[in-house]
Amino acid sequence: MEEKIPAVTMRDITKSFGSVIANDRIWLNIYRGEVLALLGENGSGKTTLMNMLSGIYFPDEGQISIDGRDVVIRSPRDALDLGIGMIHQHFKLVDVLTAAENIVLGLEGKLDLKAAAEKIRGICETYGFEVDPNQKIYDMSVSQKQTVEIVKVLYRGADILILDEPTAVLTPQETDRLFTVLRNMRDDGKAIVIITHKMHEVEAISDRVAILRHGQFMGDMPTKDTNAQEMTNMMVGHQVALNIDRPEPVDPKLRIRVKGLTVRSVDGILKLDDVSFTANSGEILGVAGISGCGQKELLEAIAGLQPVEKGSIEYLKDDGTAEQLVGRDPLSIQQMGVALSFVPEDRLGMGLVANMDLSDNMMLRSFRRGHSLFTDRKTPRQLALDVVEELRVVTPGVSTPVRRLSGGNVQKVLVGREIASAPTVLLTAYAVRGLDINSSHTIYDLINRQKKAGVAVIYVGEDLDVLLELADRILVLCGGKVSGIIPGRGAQKRDVGMMMTKLGGNAHEQ
Amino acid sequence: MNSKTRTPLFHVSKRGLMPWYKTWAIRGLGLLLAVIACGLITTLVTGQNPLQVYAAIFNGSFGSPRKIWVLLQNIAMLLCVSLAVTPAFRMRCWNLGGEGQALIGGLAAAACMILLPGRLPNWAVIACMCVASLAAGALWAAIPAIFKAKWNTNETLFTLMMNYVATQLVAFYCVVWESPKGSGTIGVINSKTEIGWFPQIGSYKYLLNILIVAAVCILMYVYLNYSKHGYEIAVVGESERTARYVGIKVERVIVRTMLLSGALCGLAGLLLVGSTNHTLTTTIVDGRGFTAVMVSWLAKFNPIWMILTSFLLVFLGRGAGEIATKFGLNRSFGDILTGVILFFIIGSEFFINYQIHFRKSGEREGKGSV
Amino acid sequence: MFDFISFIPRAVVQGIPLLLGSTGETLTEKSGNLNLGIPGIMYVGGISGVIGSFFYEQSVETVQPFAAIAIPLACCILGSLLMGLLYCFLTVTLRANQNVTGLALTTFGVGFGNFFGGSLIKLSGSSLPSVILSATSNCFRRSLPAAEKLGAFGKLFLSYGFLAYVAVIIALVSAWVINRTRVGLHLRAVGENPNTADAAGINVSRYKYVATCTGAVIAGLGGLYYVMDYASGVWTNDAFGDRGWLAIALVIFTVWRPNVGVLASFLFGGLYIVHMYIPSGMNLAVKELYKMAPYVVTTIVLVLTSMRNKRENQPPASLGLPYFREER
Repeated sequence: MEEKIPAVTMRDITKSFGSVIANDRIWLNIYRGEVLALLGENGSGKTTLMNMLSGIYFPDEGQISIDGRDVVIRSPRDALDLGIGMIHQHFKLVDVLTAAENIVLGLEGKLDLKAAAEKIRGICETYGFEVDPNQKIYDMSVSQKQTVEIVKVLYRGADILILDEPTAVLTPQETDRLFTVLRNMRDDGKAIVIITHKMHEVEAISDRVAILRHGQFMGDMPTKDTNAQEMTNMMVGHQVALNIDRPEPVDPKLRIRVKGLTVRSVDGILKLDDVSFTANSGEILGVAGISGCGQKELLEAIAGLQPVEKGSIEYLKDDGTAEQLVGRDPLSIQQMGVALSFVPEDRLGMGLVANMDLSDNMMLRSFRRGHSLFTDRKTPRQLALDVVEELRVVTPGVSTPVRRLSGGNVQKVLVGREIASAPTVLLTAYAVRGLDINSSHTIYDLINRQKKAGVAVIYVGEDLDVLLELADRILVLCGGKVSGIIPGRGAQKRDVGMMMTKLGGNAHEQ
Repeated sequence: MNSKTRTPLFHVSKRGLMPWYKTWAIRGLGLLLAVIACGLITTLVTGQNPLQVYAAIFNGSFGSPRKIWVLLQNIAMLLCVSLAVTPAFRMRCWNLGGEGQALIGGLAAAACMILLPGRLPNWAVIACMCVASLAAGALWAAIPAIFKAKWNTNETLFTLMMNYVATQLVAFYCVVWESPKGSGTIGVINSKTEIGWFPQIGSYKYLLNILIVAAVCILMYVYLNYSKHGYEIAVVGESERTARYVGIKVERVIVRTMLLSGALCGLAGLLLVGSTNHTLTTTIVDGRGFTAVMVSWLAKFNPIWMILTSFLLVFLGRGAGEIATKFGLNRSFGDILTGVILFFIIGSEFFINYQIHFRKSGEREGKGSV
Repeated sequence: MFDFISFIPRAVVQGIPLLLGSTGETLTEKSGNLNLGIPGIMYVGGISGVIGSFFYEQSVETVQPFAAIAIPLACCILGSLLMGLLYCFLTVTLRANQNVTGLALTTFGVGFGNFFGGSLIKLSGSSLPSVILSATSNCFRRSLPAAEKLGAFGKLFLSYGFLAYVAVIIALVSAWVINRTRVGLHLRAVGENPNTADAAGINVSRYKYVATCTGAVIAGLGGLYYVMDYASGVWTNDAFGDRGWLAIALVIFTVWRPNVGVLASFLFGGLYIVHMYIPSGMNLAVKELYKMAPYVVTTIVLVLTSMRNKRENQPPASLGLPYFREER
């Protein structure tokens, strides 16, 4: 390794946002013909660092060199000219344009979409992608969009590729295919950086791993010389138990009964197709599935936020009487005495108001209480103080706008508020997405505590390992249909993975 | 890539929270620069000593007790329209229709004054005027609101168009009710009987308006910051999805808030017709519906600060008018000065939200941010 | 019988300022800037041309046709360009609120127009409250030579001053640039999703500046056309009225398509003057109601497009929002 000249050298890179130092004097080398995994907890500064390489941010201090030559990357265009291409976690595509238009975006010369389409087809054949150059982005699935992103970078002849958590939205099978492509490109002599916090992916794909913690560089090493435990230690600083607690359900009672639920999106696309299942008190029902298979619609339908085409959702009270939830809005569900809490996927866009402070956000659920024309400010403030203390939320105070908090702390605030209303049903969507290991465990504990208190928990997750360790039963969705419902204890990851991609998985064939 | 790529001279980054006194210091500085720029412009155009120009501006507002009363009355009317549009703005609903809503309110008041005397006693006429004006203003705002709530129709343009529909409607009635015949204007209504004229408090003609608007200002502050409705408005403004998620009926809040907004604009029209002018013209609102947008935004949608910002704009407007008459300029000169001042204040917001880092030459020191 | 032969040319000349204004505003909005300063810019464009031509007419005995057109044109372009630059500096560089900046620009622009208009009226010592530039106007209004001979055809298609044809060409070229060229593709991307455009290496600020300033210049020409051609070189304060707002409405009416704007602007022009063609007997009041027509029609179109909710017909997604790369 010593004789190689690094494709990219980053020296003493420092970047701060307001008072938060995202990157603190980081040194990093990236070599050609190598896949580098950039590993770190959320908020450790991985994406920020790579954004400086791709020209999105400009470093406060430090120097970047490409092939041993000092360069200044002021804009994404500079980065592209240097052969650096980044595939962002949030796709950088324009919805109303076609695939081809998006791919040639930013290039020079006369606009010739036909020639571009030809070249795109060529690239697709080489690597086995499937892209229709004339399809509009708003008609595409998530993995199609990612394919467009990768083709876009290849189209420009980038030889330094950065992928920011590319597998977060893919099925295991799609991930395998992506990794094959990445290996081909590595063998082609390209330098590849993959940002991730999934340990098994690091082991599967990378040649070398570099680890960041709290914006500082902790070190790098060949992947084959290390192991998951060592990497985890470097990443989090101290050893954490990876085991998730799963107590036996106590006295489960039928709480939610969904029958033949069918939901269409506003564009008329079938999102849920004849979905039936039950959820019990004192139990965690895990919902697995490739993203966009109807999980969001399922939870929103139960919460009264999604118009239902067909089917019923019944809430069963302790005395056995059933209440129909279909056709009701959140307010009337609440007024019916159904204590339902919902931790949505989009925390700052739906669950919380980003610009309001902690105590005003606590008020979202409770502000209607009482007959006074005026709001009660004291109780929410006390609740905010309690949540901050109990869940160890890191914040300057309860009058800080929540947008200034890190992802994990935002989630603690949201979950804390939802639990505070003593629900009988708790819906959570991707509760630990983007959270580091410590925060994730705090959330698992909170959910388990609710389960022990007799709450019916519906937990939509993306990390199969977690679902397999946390859920009592697992409902697998595939393309809006129920692919199967299996007990969580003893379930095999491979089986669940198969059920996610194919109705019924292998179970029916065997 | 080549030798000329060096570190950029400066780059911009977002600032953290700033203490309030610093933000107001920056705004004050912006205002000061604006005043200097205006002085320079005026001197350039008129050749007068800038100090004399400033004296004239001050004189325009505070030169005599009458001028002070006119100043206060104008502040009250501008503040009234500004307060009216503010709840909508807090909801991120750009109600640019304050002009039309106030005009329609004025039209309703004038209609009562013209049509009802003889059938009803004076106090009943006044009561009808109050009800009719508020209802008319509310209706004018409710039309765009309903379409926004139901089909997300762009309210900025809808309310804008409604202004001109209102103007033409008033122009129509100005001809219908013209007095004397053929003048195309209404003239002072009920000038002999004074029916429908609002009572005067003591000998102060404008005091009633000022007191009413002051009360509205305080009520609006309380409504926006402490009431459940105010909280709902804030949530809807920040994120409609969050509002739906917690069970707020967004459509209802939009329509309700716009009704309030329109009704208060109607109040402004009522006061202009019933209390100040006792007549109706198409220009009676005098662009306040648009100026109010700036008043409200400059005050960050805070009703108390809006007293200050509306004072500022009225003060400048009257000062500019004084310059115009004193140095023989056209009255529109005031608009130019107001524009220049607004540009400076708008620009100064940048330095509150962002900071500029200059690339340090020579060796590196500590961190360069403030 | 309704007199179409005299109505249509009048509708067209009414429509041309609206067409120029809306083409300019469409370009601006495609870059994500909602410029509510267009009414002010059109005033400035008009008065700048008037100032240039006034001093030119004062300084020479007989006007040269070329100079009589070039001088006001250059002044108009310069004036509206400066307004566009000011708007861009505040909203793009300083990231100020676009609505407030636009309204301030309109206050300033209308004031600027009326102030210098008033000053010129004083300078010219005219007894009428207007500046009259007939010599310049004659150059601007010179129609195609065949117009007279060809009867109705000539009157309908050939009877306009050159700026009218320029306006139509600008609108068609703008539509072509937006939809068919790389610059247009980049512009659409900037207006839809500046983050993406930036990541693709497009200089977002430059596109916003160029589109907005070009838009301002085109809109400014609308002001110039109004004074020099439509109004026969007569500047009267406030005569331009609220056409600027109507131009903004036209952008919505045409769902951001300048080529559609060509016919739509003539329709609007027609609506603006239809009250003069509909017999209302002796009742003057009813005419005031007819003047409502364009606003009512725009409102209806606004409502209809929002009800149909087709993806391609929506405003540019980032319209009205400032862009800051390091937003977080």
